[in-house]
Amino acid sequence: MKRLALALALAALATLPLWVGNSYYVDVASQILLYAIFALGLNVLVGYAGLVSLGHAGLFGIAAYAGALVINNGASHFVAIVAALAVTLAAAGAFAVLALRGTGLGFVMITVAIGQIVWGLAYRWISITNGDNGVAINTRPRPFGLSLTSAPNFYWATLIVFLCALAAIAIVAASPFGASLRGTRDQPRRMTALGYHIWLIRFLAFLFSGLWSGVAGMLFLYYNQFISPQAVALGASAEVLLMVISGGSGTLLGPIVGAALVVIMKNVVSAYIVRWNFVLGAIFVAIVIFMPEGIVPGSVRLAGWCLAKLRPRVTEVTGAATPRPERGL
Amino acid sequence: MNLWLILSGNSIAFGGLLFLLSAGFSLIFGLMRIPNLTHGSLFMLGAYFAVSLTSWGLGFWPAAILAGLGVAAFGGLVERLLLRRLPGAELAQVLVTLGLSFMIADVCLLGWGGDPISIATPPELRGVSRIAGFAFPTYRLGVIIIAVVFAALLWGLLDKTRLGAMIRAGVDDPEIARVVGIRVSRLFTIVFSLGAGLAGFAGVIGGPILSVYPGLDQDMLPLALVVVILGGSGSLVGSFTGSFVVGFLYNFGQAMFPELAYVVLFLPMLVILVLRPRGLFGRVMP
Amino acid sequence: MNALELCGLEKAFGGLRVTADVNLSVEPGERRLIIGPNGAGKTTLFNLITGEVPADAGSILLFEQNITLVPCRQRAHLGLARTYQIITLFPRETLLRNVTLSLLGLSRLRWNPLVRLDRQSALLAAAWQTLSRVGLDRLAERPLAQTAYGERRRVEIAMALAQNPKVLLLDEPFAGLSSDERRDVQFLLAAIPREVTIVMIEHDMDVALDFAERITVLHFGKIEVEGTRSEVVAHPRTKDIYLGQ
Repeated sequence: MKRLALALALAALATLPLWVGNSYYVDVASQILLYAIFALGLNVLVGYAGLVSLGHAGLFGIAAYAGALVINNGASHFVAIVAALAVTLAAAGAFAVLALRGTGLGFVMITVAIGQIVWGLAYRWISITNGDNGVAINTRPRPFGLSLTSAPNFYWATLIVFLCALAAIAIVAASPFGASLRGTRDQPRRMTALGYHIWLIRFLAFLFSGLWSGVAGMLFLYYNQFISPQAVALGASAEVLLMVISGGSGTLLGPIVGAALVVIMKNVVSAYIVRWNFVLGAIFVAIVIFMPEGIVPGSVRLAGWCLAKLRPRVTEVTGAATPRPERGL
Repeated sequence: MNLWLILSGNSIAFGGLLFLLSAGFSLIFGLMRIPNLTHGSLFMLGAYFAVSLTSWGLGFWPAAILAGLGVAAFGGLVERLLLRRLPGAELAQVLVTLGLSFMIADVCLLGWGGDPISIATPPELRGVSRIAGFAFPTYRLGVIIIAVVFAALLWGLLDKTRLGAMIRAGVDDPEIARVVGIRVSRLFTIVFSLGAGLAGFAGVIGGPILSVYPGLDQDMLPLALVVVILGGSGSLVGSFTGSFVVGFLYNFGQAMFPELAYVVLFLPMLVILVLRPRGLFGRVMP
Repeated sequence: MNALELCGLEKAFGGLRVTADVNLSVEPGERRLIIGPNGAGKTTLFNLITGEVPADAGSILLFEQNITLVPCRQRAHLGLARTYQIITLFPRETLLRNVTLSLLGLSRLRWNPLVRLDRQSALLAAAWQTLSRVGLDRLAERPLAQTAYGERRRVEIAMALAQNPKVLLLDEPFAGLSSDERRDVQFLLAAIPREVTIVMIEHDMDVALDFAERITVLHFGKIEVEGTRSEVVAHPRTKDIYLGQ
């Protein structure tokens, strides 16, 4: 059943430009996919490691800026991509070492500080980043000679990258390392006593998460052929976090759904109301208070509640002893 | 030589302003264990309130006090209506403050427009004063004095009053504080209001120097964060010291490496995090 | 050679001296019981032995190897395992996955991001085996959140046994159990081979005294009485401590 759904979804995605007429919507689909990669990457940290980062737009932006600068210095796209990802990984390592000095909310606070510093650099280091004016690039890559200038072609290239990202993250999630990572989220103290190296596990997860932020950043650069400090601002980090928590963290589908929701909402809202920031903030507050586990699990819960109310009442026979009131679980 | 002195003077003044901003942040983080991401927006909101109040004829000082109280009241509402719905869920509370900061920023944009607005320096403090033969803007001297006065008031509050003792107890060990009968939830409202009010008041005080503009919140929040990371949270001495360190770093950084001012800010934060994550005087582990 | 030896162990939290000059020797294969009123510092002692809390002074020797400065995560690899007084398991996972995590802790496999955990047959077989040791194999696929308290207590023990420890620290394994459940755990513990040295903290005197060969009585962080079961039970100081001063 699940396999059928998956196959159908894959088929739909693969043929999307064929049944969506307007190239504007194909572009939106490309946006959704690249942000889904970003959100899936952040989810490795938020959902699996239990570490909330509000500075990931910094890594996204570092990749895009590095790529743009390398390209504008005459290098090939291949070199630019490799260089951008290498720089992003190095930055992720540095961020991780600092942020992991704090736990829980200290971690969040340090990531905010780091993210803001990256933004401040993007804004003020004008000789390199051109400040508010941003950096533009002229061309998109031509993998195997194929042009990516048309919306459908760019979409297909993004789809392939997305599927690779999804596969990689799914594999890691199902692996022993993935299980260790989730263990550190739930019971870090016990994990240490069981022989796990918590800090190193988290550090590696941060690197892996940063890698996908970098990939998304490069896709963003190629999509817009432009990068500016706005992509690195706190709002950008908040948006991707919203994608993760609105969809439901700790699952693979959640961040994808969340990315779709936020991208579509942002496009719709920006067309009619100029106040996207207000809406973003309001949604954050609403979701956190009313549906903290995210829309996907929340909807499942809501559906279950509705069904339970509709089912005819049956008198229950009490069976085995109910679990004793528990402390500490 | 002159330049160094002027820069130092400005740094001290800026440090004073930062203290007013970050003392509240530090208390909130120390007691409620949440980094209040609305703090920059509250600073900006206070400044915008004063812009309106002064445009309606109110003097600078009454406007400053009223704006501070207004933001304090707003902070109290936020705590009671929103944060208190999420008891113990600190991460959720942080996300609420994040969402709120965006909402406040947009409302300010709607209410006061996108152009920078400056707040006129209060007439009593206009011009320059002569200190040891150097001319120094009187207003900035005033800022330093106000910061010191507030530091003394806050210290008195924390050290000499019952409320202060309860706050300190809550910072040191919230569980035991509850057990001993301290109404921690009411304390949260008071401290959040106090922190908010200080931020709003600071926004007004900063008005003649920084003016008010969209994005002021994004400029001030990381400074508050770095102050608290450097100086340590939950500690008044930490905020005080951290504020002046950051004030110096930022001003000298801006003057010497204008493009890399943020790196200058970043490096000591990095050093502290690696060597002493608690911050110079921190009582709470980050 | 002693299985576990503590020399002059000290720990203070602020002004409170929780562990005061503790000297303890446990022989290989011994069944040692540590008792004492609430607040005596028993769990802290365990935390010091496992390294979850760093000692202020003194040394800890595991089979004559000084592990005082060895980080907590490495002590598991040296043959030390423990259970917790408050159940600290993974509620979202099945019992099988809980025990698998314990087994993984000592295996190089834990760093592998490529293979599927569900397909590691050797690991899963070992997990099944451990669960049947504690009589929970029929519940292996059940999520922990859907099990009874008594069953979770046995999973706690399974987690520790899975790592084939040389020294096993049990922190109040009988806490909150019904008499049937207590009997189950008693059988379980009796079945543990002599290669494993066991040190147990317990409040439940009936069950604990049955189990113990030697008893150490802790009070305000200090060892007040130590000896064989009969010696300690008869000692006047023991009665003093328990009936209060």
